Amino acid sequence: MSATYDQYRKAKSHCMSGLAVFCAVMVVMPLVLVLFYLLKMGFSSLNWAFFTQLPNADPEGSGGGMANAIVGTLELMVIALVLGVPVGLLGGIFLSEYGGEKTNGFVRFAADVLNGVPSIVWGMVGYTLVVVPMHGYSAFAGGVALAFIMIPLVLRTTEEVLVLVPGAYREAGLALGIPRWKITVHIVLRTAFKGLVTGVLLALGRIAGETAPILFTALGNPNWNNSLKEPIAALPIQIYYYAISPFPDQNRQAWAGALVLIGIVFLLSASVRIIAGRRKKA
Amino acid sequence: MKSTAQALPATAADLPAPNRWGNRIFEGMTMLSVVILGVCFVCAAYVLVEGAWLAIHTYGWSFLTSQQWNPVTENFGALPFIFGTVVSAAIALLIAVPLSIGTAIFLTDLAPLWMRQPLTSVIEMLAAVPSVIWGLWGLFVLMPWLHDHPYTWLNKHFGSIPIFGGPIEGSGSCIMSAGIIVAIMILPIVTSVSREILRAVPDLQREAAYGLGATRWEVTRIAVLSYARRGLLGAAVLGLGRALGETMAVTMVVGNSPKIHASLLQPGWTLASVIANQFGEASDDLQRSVLFEIGLVLVGVTIVVNIGALILIKSIETPGTRRA
Amino acid sequence: MMKKLLISSLLVGLLTLTGHAADTVALTGSGSTFVKPVMDKWASTYSTSVDPTVKINYAGGGSGTGQKNILDGTVDFAGSDGPMSDAQLKSAPTPILHLPVVAGAVVIIYNVPGVTGLKLDGPTLANIFLGNITKWNDPAIVAQNPGVTLPDLDISTVHRSDGSGTTYIFTDYLSNVSPAWQSTVGKKTSVAWPGGVGQQGSAGVSAQVQKTTGGIGYVELIYALSNKISFADVKNAAGNYITASLGGVSTALATATIPADFRFSYVNAPGDASYPISGVTWLLVPQQSKDPVKGTKLVAFIKWIYTDPSAQAMAAKLNYAPIPPAVVTRVLAAVDTIKN
Repeated sequence: MSATYDQYRKAKSHCMSGLAVFCAVMVVMPLVLVLFYLLKMGFSSLNWAFFTQLPNADPEGSGGGMANAIVGTLELMVIALVLGVPVGLLGGIFLSEYGGEKTNGFVRFAADVLNGVPSIVWGMVGYTLVVVPMHGYSAFAGGVALAFIMIPLVLRTTEEVLVLVPGAYREAGLALGIPRWKITVHIVLRTAFKGLVTGVLLALGRIAGETAPILFTALGNPNWNNSLKEPIAALPIQIYYYAISPFPDQNRQAWAGALVLIGIVFLLSASVRIIAGRRKKA
Repeated sequence: MKSTAQALPATAADLPAPNRWGNRIFEGMTMLSVVILGVCFVCAAYVLVEGAWLAIHTYGWSFLTSQQWNPVTENFGALPFIFGTVVSAAIALLIAVPLSIGTAIFLTDLAPLWMRQPLTSVIEMLAAVPSVIWGLWGLFVLMPWLHDHPYTWLNKHFGSIPIFGGPIEGSGSCIMSAGIIVAIMILPIVTSVSREILRAVPDLQREAAYGLGATRWEVTRIAVLSYARRGLLGAAVLGLGRALGETMAVTMVVGNSPKIHASLLQPGWTLASVIANQFGEASDDLQRSVLFEIGLVLVGVTIVVNIGALILIKSIETPGTRRA
Repeated sequence: MMKKLLISSLLVGLLTLTGHAADTVALTGSGSTFVKPVMDKWASTYSTSVDPTVKINYAGGGSGTGQKNILDGTVDFAGSDGPMSDAQLKSAPTPILHLPVVAGAVVIIYNVPGVTGLKLDGPTLANIFLGNITKWNDPAIVAQNPGVTLPDLDISTVHRSDGSGTTYIFTDYLSNVSPAWQSTVGKKTSVAWPGGVGQQGSAGVSAQVQKTTGGIGYVELIYALSNKISFADVKNAAGNYITASLGGVSTALATATIPADFRFSYVNAPGDASYPISGVTWLLVPQQSKDPVKGTKLVAFIKWIYTDPSAQAMAAKLNYAPIPPAVVTRVLAAVDTIKN
């Protein structure tokens, strides 16, 4: 190899590195721009009252907050998590550890198709299968609709991550006589733990901002929710109504609400990562 | 080891009984989860088909080929929406996948260690921005900018090429805008999954390539990307799923026009955003049924596109990854 | 250890959610977003000052959603900008009452530099939205606006891309004044517009018109007032150009013939001061309530809306026109027929 060819290779490598940096910048830019915009439009509405008070019943007036929507979003996320994560996780384990090639092909395909179903359809499903039989909108129905979104997502991300755990780890466990399920739980899951957490956090982030499915199932509530069988307020719904309303103060609160929503997801993912990070080194 | 306190087992039959019931229960639980996934599928199919029944009977196959959209005369066709959905999703993937993979490479290889975790969290925050906010930001900030700068320039200089033909909307509402907004929305998921995949590539692969004298880019290309090819395509498919179904943001930027235009710079409509637009006020059964049928068509489009992706993935050999 | 703590706190949290706050009755409603501002105000005032044992939740979601919900029995009452059809009422498990609750105006917003106080009549509007009149200095427009210099500017029409009661009222009006519109486009919550740009929601239409020089669109009165956009004076059936206002709506409403089931339309109403593009929003209530306690509370709330002067004042403050007293008497009589 001549020296000039080596120089070409090095230059190409530097070029591609630069390109990768460019990509990273481009990916981060929209977020920065949006945050900047939200802060500019909504910062004035972010005050203590916003976090502690119920929505102002007088639409033209200012003040009032989204306390019930904040709590409502967290509640819905918990319900969806409880319903959706175990199913998604175990399903992903099935695909990566058990199952035959044909079955897995079908399951993977079904999950990919379900991931492409627009969230509004899950709202329609939740309405038809939960709200109508229960004769009313409810937080539970909202959680179910969100769980429908989570399940195929967590399933696929789990599988993608588990498959990359080297087969050698499993074989080592088998050679030691460890029962198969213990291998999966203690070795495979533990190795892939960070990836699994990423998958769950991605799904949570996704459903935190979903509007259409909970519009059709949880409906929203100007007051505090007292039971899983009642409608519940949630940030995306409040943001949606306030953003399209004719009253400027409500518009400002919508932007503030969006900031809070992003903040919640950020805090959630940061704290989970810190806790997960303590168990293993990066 | 000639003599020990315990005699070594002579045959496999002498080994202590393995923890069979533990295995069975666990495997059973995983199978149950897959069944539940199937139930989700059936639920979606049932609700969509039952809702769409009336429309299916009324229009038959012509629904897929008709470009009519008239709620008063009750003349409906889904072709423009299928077109809009496929094109905007294609644009979104074309923009997002290279950016995501580039970012994933940056995150796993090039970025200084202190930057990696914060940057990852920042990208995950992108996923938490509600769809409505992307739509509104797109409407008030991105689209005016896009209209004033790239669109007008493209339209002026390349207007003779059909895909950049005019006339363009003053607001910047068009299929291209929808594609761009959706690209932004799928960036977090494709980036995060790509990152996990690249991170799981054994260091041995990289070291072997370095050992052979490869430059950084060559290491990435030869040892990392080809190893992770299948996983990266999987990440792209996840992004595709989101792109096909994105509703609220698209409906604010796509222009909401039930016509097929050759130009990307002209308004269109997607299957998902039509449903969002019309569902709240659809007051008669036929119109509502049509919207259910559109949902069904969307699932159909998703199935077709996924089959295409599957064929693509199968045609790629990947060493080292385990598939059950 | 951490896992156990997490799981147990989750369970405890969930258990507390299944409890019920003992004595409050929760009423749920959905439907027209047009009335949401005033419904929210009424709901909150009623719970705080009149009957603290009731919590009323009106959600919006669109008239179509409200109608579907009331037919499915998933809400206690609904709001709708358009009346339900005969077919829908026949399919209802129990008869549904239409109770007109407030009235409002649809205004024509425009963005023409240097022009204020624009005057338009029905046929001209129809021709603009049909695409027959394409420039602001078209003779038809100039003739109605003496003394105003109209520029040689293209008209860009903006309409609602989402289904909407506002579209229903506007197209109802256009069908009434223009046979061409009636035969080619018709009236509905969403129609096949001959050209123009579609935007999401009244907010989208307002934003679009404000951004586009030469733009023209239609929104509820409150949007134009809140965002301070100029809107046109429209010629009514008596031949006068009326600026949209609550007074104009009430005058129009007073002339309307209202049948026993309260389903009616009064666009292009007679009367010197009537504003022609007006509509009414109905409360949809089942005549037989499912739950006696809820039914009683709902009836009390509805009666309060119609009879309490502060309730009516709240509506006026938010730019809704009240229902005339003669009609209110009839409405209350209908409310009395609700069986609990």
